[in-house]
Amino acid sequence: MVESVKPNRKKQISGVSRRKALAGLGGAAAGATVSGVLPGFVRYAQAQTSAPIKIGFQVHRTGIGAAYGRWYDRTTRAAAQLINESGGINGRPIEIIAEDDGTDPKRGAEVVEKFATQHGADVAFGTLFSHVVIGSAPRAGELKIPYFVVSEGHHVASGILNRYTLQPGITDVKSQVQSMAPWVASNLGKKVTMIYPDFAFGHDHRDYFSAAMAAQGGEVIGKIAIPPTESSFFKYFPKIPRGTEVLYHVMVGPGVLTFVKEMGEFFGSKRPEIFGFIDSLEAVSINSPGLEFLEGSYFWEANPRYAQAKSSKFDAFYRAKVGVDETGASVDDPKDIATYSHMFGCWETLHTIKQGMEAAGYRGPGDRAKLIEAVEAIDNMEESQAHPQGAKIFNGKTHQVFGHQFISKVGGGKLNVVHKTSIEDGFYKDEVDYTSQPL
Amino acid sequence: MDFGPYLLLATLEGAVGAAVLALTALGLSLVFGVMRIVNVAHGAFFMLGAIVAWWVADTLAAGPALNFLAALVISPLAVGAVAVLAERLVLRRLNYNPESTIVATIGLLYVIEQVALMTYGPDARPVVAPLDFRVQLPWFGYSGYKLLVIGASIVVMLAVWWGLTRTRIGLMMRATQFDSETARAFAIPVDRVYGGVFAFGAMLAAIGAVLVVPIQQAHYLMGNDPLLLSFIVVIIGGLGSLRGTVLAAVIIGLSDGIISVFFSPTLAKIIATLIVAMILVIRPKGLFGTQSA
Repeated sequence: MVESVKPNRKKQISGVSRRKALAGLGGAAAGATVSGVLPGFVRYAQAQTSAPIKIGFQVHRTGIGAAYGRWYDRTTRAAAQLINESGGINGRPIEIIAEDDGTDPKRGAEVVEKFATQHGADVAFGTLFSHVVIGSAPRAGELKIPYFVVSEGHHVASGILNRYTLQPGITDVKSQVQSMAPWVASNLGKKVTMIYPDFAFGHDHRDYFSAAMAAQGGEVIGKIAIPPTESSFFKYFPKIPRGTEVLYHVMVGPGVLTFVKEMGEFFGSKRPEIFGFIDSLEAVSINSPGLEFLEGSYFWEANPRYAQAKSSKFDAFYRAKVGVDETGASVDDPKDIATYSHMFGCWETLHTIKQGMEAAGYRGPGDRAKLIEAVEAIDNMEESQAHPQGAKIFNGKTHQVFGHQFISKVGGGKLNVVHKTSIEDGFYKDEVDYTSQPL
Repeated sequence: MDFGPYLLLATLEGAVGAAVLALTALGLSLVFGVMRIVNVAHGAFFMLGAIVAWWVADTLAAGPALNFLAALVISPLAVGAVAVLAERLVLRRLNYNPESTIVATIGLLYVIEQVALMTYGPDARPVVAPLDFRVQLPWFGYSGYKLLVIGASIVVMLAVWWGLTRTRIGLMMRATQFDSETARAFAIPVDRVYGGVFAFGAMLAAIGAVLVVPIQQAHYLMGNDPLLLSFIVVIIGGLGSLRGTVLAAVIIGLSDGIISVFFSPTLAKIIATLIVAMILVIRPKGLFGTQSA
C-alpha cells in the first residue's frame, strides 16, 4: 500500500492511512468469515505446518478421584512424550490439554464441551470415575468428538452411551469380575458378602459378580453399599451376615485406607477369607500401619503393582518411563504409591488413538468419523511397548477391550501374583452394536 | 450379629462421633454466644486443624505418640493464630455485623479450602494413631484409640467448663455474652475478648480435628460434614448454651451412630435435620437457649 502524497502529521505518527485501516479491517473480516464458514480450511493449513494434534485430557485433579488423577496425569504425559519422541502421529506431535473435572459429572460435561469448542481438541480422553463418564459421554456424542475413556465401568459395553465413546485401554468390570468368580468360588468359598461403593461402578460389581458367582454355584449372601463420600466405615461391618466365607470388597475415594484399617479392627485375626479389588488400596501402601491383617488375603489386580519374576520387559520399560519403581511407588517419593492397576489404561489408550489416527490418515476434526471407524476396526493388540499390561482383544461393536486379569496374594509385605486369567475368561455376549449407530 | 452387641457397637460409634462433634460444636456455640457471629468457616478451621496435624506428624517423624502429642499442641495454636488474623483483618472491620460476617466467613471458608488444596493437595493422608491396641470384645474388635478419643473429649470439655465458670477470663466472656455494652462500661476489653473467643472457638475445632485424624485421615473437604452437624447441634442445644451444646452433641452423635448402623447414614442426616426443623418450630431458642439469643 502506498502512503498518502501529503501525509499530515498525525498520519505520519501512526503510520496508518484511512485506506490502509479500511483494507486491514476488510481483510480481517474476510479472514474471520472464511475461518468461520470453513474451519476445516484453516486447520488443513495448520496440518501442513505440523501443528500438534490436540488431545483433551479430562483429569480428576480434585475431588474424590484426585489420587487416580495424579497418576493418570503422569502416565499420560509419559506416553505423550514417548509418542512425540518417536515421531508423533502422522508426523505431527501431540499436545495434551488437561482440564480438571473435579471428579464431578456436571463439570465433566462442561470440560468435554470446552475441549470441543474452546480448545479445538481433536479428541477427548482419560476419564476414570464412572459417574463422570456417564455424565460427560452424552455431550461428547452431541458434539461428535471422540471420547476415549479409561474407566473400567461396564457403561460403554452395556450400550447406554454412544458411538463416540470408546474404552480401548482397560477391561470393564463385568469382564473382570466374571473372570474372577470361578477362582474365588473354587479357592476361597461359595458364600460371599460384597462391600462396594453406592454408585454406577459399585453397582456393576454387585450385579455382575453376583451373576457370575451364581453361575459357579456360589451365592452372594450380603450386599453392603457404602456412599462414595463416606469417611467412617466401622458401622457397616456388623451388617456382614454370619456364615460369610468370603468378604469381597471394593472401595474408592479418599477414605479407602480408613476403610481397610477399620475392617482389620473389626475382624482382628478371626477374619473370613478376604478378596478385594485393588481399588480399595490404590495409591495406598500395602504396608501402612493397621493393614497387617491383610497378610494372606487376596486382591484382584489389572496390572501387578509389584514387579513379578514373570513381568515382561515391556512392563519394566513402562515403569521406567512413568517413574514407578519395582514396588509400585514413585521413584521420587517411596510414599507416593501409584494407581498401577488403572493408569496403564491411559498409556495404552493414547497408543490406540495413535494407531487409529494413523490408520484413518487423520488430518483434523473433519476426520473424526474416520477415526472412530478405524478404532472400531482394531481387534488384536499384541503385548508390546504400546500395550505393556499385556495382549488384548478389542470389540469394535461394543467399543470395549478385553485383557488378562491377575489375582495376587499378600505375603511378606508384597502382592504376589498367584493366578492370571485368560482373555477369553472375561468374554460375554455383546449387548450393543455401536457400529449400527450413525456417525 | 445379635442385637445386643450390635447396639453396643452402634453406641460406641455414636459416642466417638458425639465426642468429636461436641468439641467442634462447642467452638461454634461459643463464638455465636459471645460475638453473635455465625461462623461459616468453622468447618474450614476443623479441616485446617487436621491438615496441620498431618504436617506436624510428617515433619517431626518422631514416632506415633510424640508426633500426635506435638500435633495436639501445635495444630490448635496454629489454627488459633489464623483465626485471630481473620478476626483482626476481616470481622473487626465489619463491626461484627451479623449479616456481613456470614458472607465474610463464607469467603473465608473458600479461601482456606483453596489454600489447603493448593498447598496440601487433594489427597487424604493419615496420621498414625498414638497408641496401637485393639480391644477384642467377644463379638467384634474395637479400636482402643477411639475409646481414647471419647476420654480426651470429655477432659477438654470439663476444662472448658471450668475455665468458663471458675476463672476471671471466663467471667469476662460470660459478661460480654450477657451484655457487651455493660461489660465495656465495666472496663472489660470487649475487643480483646472477641478476638480471644474467635480464636478459642477455632482451636476447639482444631482439637476435635487432631483427635479425628488418626481415624479418618486429613482431606481438604473434610470440614463440610462437621460444619453441618455443628450447626444442627448448636441450633438444637440453644445458641450460646454450653450444656445445651454438649447435650445436643450427645443426642445427635448417638442417634447418628445408631441410625447409621441399623438403617443408613443418609437417614441419620435426614432425621437430624428434621429434628432441627421441629426444634425451630416448637422451641425456637433450642433446648437451653437464653432469651437474648
